Amino acid sequence: MKYLAQQAINALQLGSIYALIALGYSMVYGVLTMINFAHGDVFMLGAFFCLLLIALVPVPFWLALIVVMAATALLGTLIERFAYRPLRKAPRVSAIITALGCGLVIQNTTLGISPYARPMPRLLENATYQFGGITITMLQIVIIGVSLGLMLALDFLIRKTSFGMAMRAIASDRAMVSLLGIPANEIIAITFAIGAALGGAAGLLYGMAYPVVSASMGITVGWKAFVAAVIGGIGNMRGAVLGAFILGSVEVMTVAVLPSTYRDLISYSLLLLILVFKPYGLLGKPALHKA
Amino acid sequence: MFLPNSISVPFRFFLLTITFFTCGSVLLTSCKPAKPSVKVGINAELTGEMPAVGASCKQAAELFVEQVNKDGGIMVGGTKLPVELSVVDNSCKADQSAAAAQRLISQNGVLVMVGPDASSCAIPAGELAESLGCLMISPWSTNPKTTQDTQTGKPKKNVFRACFTDRFESPVLAAFATKNLHAKTAAILYDVTSEAPTSQSALFKEAFEKAGGKVVSMETYSTGDRDFSAQLTKIRESAPDIIYLPAPYNDTPLIAAQARQLGIKAPFLGSDAWSSPDIIKLDTGKNLEGSYFCNHYSTEAATPKAKQFIADYTARYGNAPDDVAALTYDAMVLASQSISSAGNLDRTAVRDSMAATRTFDGVTGHFVYPKDEREPEKSAVIMQIKDGGFHWVSTVEP
Repeated sequence: MKYLAQQAINALQLGSIYALIALGYSMVYGVLTMINFAHGDVFMLGAFFCLLLIALVPVPFWLALIVVMAATALLGTLIERFAYRPLRKAPRVSAIITALGCGLVIQNTTLGISPYARPMPRLLENATYQFGGITITMLQIVIIGVSLGLMLALDFLIRKTSFGMAMRAIASDRAMVSLLGIPANEIIAITFAIGAALGGAAGLLYGMAYPVVSASMGITVGWKAFVAAVIGGIGNMRGAVLGAFILGSVEVMTVAVLPSTYRDLISYSLLLLILVFKPYGLLGKPALHKA
Repeated sequence: MFLPNSISVPFRFFLLTITFFTCGSVLLTSCKPAKPSVKVGINAELTGEMPAVGASCKQAAELFVEQVNKDGGIMVGGTKLPVELSVVDNSCKADQSAAAAQRLISQNGVLVMVGPDASSCAIPAGELAESLGCLMISPWSTNPKTTQDTQTGKPKKNVFRACFTDRFESPVLAAFATKNLHAKTAAILYDVTSEAPTSQSALFKEAFEKAGGKVVSMETYSTGDRDFSAQLTKIRESAPDIIYLPAPYNDTPLIAAQARQLGIKAPFLGSDAWSSPDIIKLDTGKNLEGSYFCNHYSTEAATPKAKQFIADYTARYGNAPDDVAALTYDAMVLASQSISSAGNLDRTAVRDSMAATRTFDGVTGHFVYPKDEREPEKSAVIMQIKDGGFHWVSTVEP
């Protein structure tokens, strides 16, 4: 029991980080029906921006989080403006290839500047708490807390504000939204900025939890978060979070009760099975009129 | 284009073509007629998962070439020929190391290929060296498969190495764990998608259990994983005396930090993949303090020959050579000796003279190549991470 509770905390931490990244994939897909494959690399840059920032000025954790989110938001906007917007009317395959290309450019630029893995300096006091044999660290509490906070804020933004309404409107009919005088390009740019900021925050938190930062750190995690977004129903924010926590739990719990060699086999078979019965993901709905 | 618009498009192309050809021929004619040189290729992990390994390999090879060329080069059949080094990056990936081998051997026409270092790269590159008939010496790949023919299980004809294999290393560590650390139980955590850790873990388990110990938990992960908490929580339940982590220098600090965070206090044992000093830089929480690993040589127990190399390398690059650098240097010396004693620039002759080498005194110790074997019998050292540095504990002879 104690053992399973400990593993549940491990799963929560992993799921929170997957969720923050998965939201970025899902938001962009929601408004543009485009898969932003550069997102995993924006995530990686989140960790590097933090490294750079701390090397320049020693700042407290919350300030680093804000600066990193602002920097990745700016980056996301730039990527959208110069790489994706010119291709908005191009075939969808071109947009996907551009996204992959953007990701590789970011990754290899980072690799060119910093080919070596770097240690992440400690931003928080490394306190450990014991609750009846279950170990939980300050870092885990912060990661889960910050992730949940950001997710709730995003949920509020999408459901309760006029910006969120415009975003949802673009998702259902972009041409009509433009006709009604809503600045669709600006809304799309802000969506990219928010998605990238969440990715950057995830990068920072991930860098703190796993304090070795390298240019390739976004690949595996990025793919897994993408899988989580698809499982939850890509385009649906709550689905992305649900998918991420399911993926995190399945990965951790497979290792907890079975030999760890089977982890990827079992977790991905299960996810395939979900897609067989729910082809649009758990909370996704079939798009009827999307071009 | 910076041409007036009045020039027609076909004519522009014509001008462009002429310009290219003129530039090209000027470049070609300005080259002096090629003097014969000895071409040696380096297939190294310059980028990817272990860039520190590739950097050491490249630096040691370049140091050797500088030293040899200062004396005029390698003596081949009565004349001294300069060494020409081609360095190709394999990105620490299996497919790219095969492509790098192909490029070095077929395109650059090297006589000997030194590298790759990681077993996951050296195995596929070795297949190419074997089929293209070019001598390959891997400085650092310890997986037995590197020099083995996959079909017959016999040694490959063209692939040699400058290090011992996992068949020697893993039992050395297992013996150290049971005799010196008095460990009765062990846990193993390794990357199941990587070649060297997989073979090392299996061989460690075998040796540890033969010595009367028990492996209480054997967990795996995949390359690129950063979260080991699920596996480590499981290991914590099995309460082992020691934990064997045959992980590369950049994953190990992460695993150690997560283990200590979960309250695991058992000491860690590592493989030679720990040997890059970067492991200490990345271990900011000092979680590896007191851990032991098996290595190819130690700067603290150096022979006069090794001392000379350490001095030269430090003077040239500003840091002490790690084991990859030392083994690469030995591989380069072995390669140049083979070329020299072959007496000509023929690949088969060079390979045959490498195969005829029985003993060799290198930076990393005394090598004995048994007849028809591709790996030397040589000593290993046990090192400890203490006070932010590597410290020699003992030397184990074969």
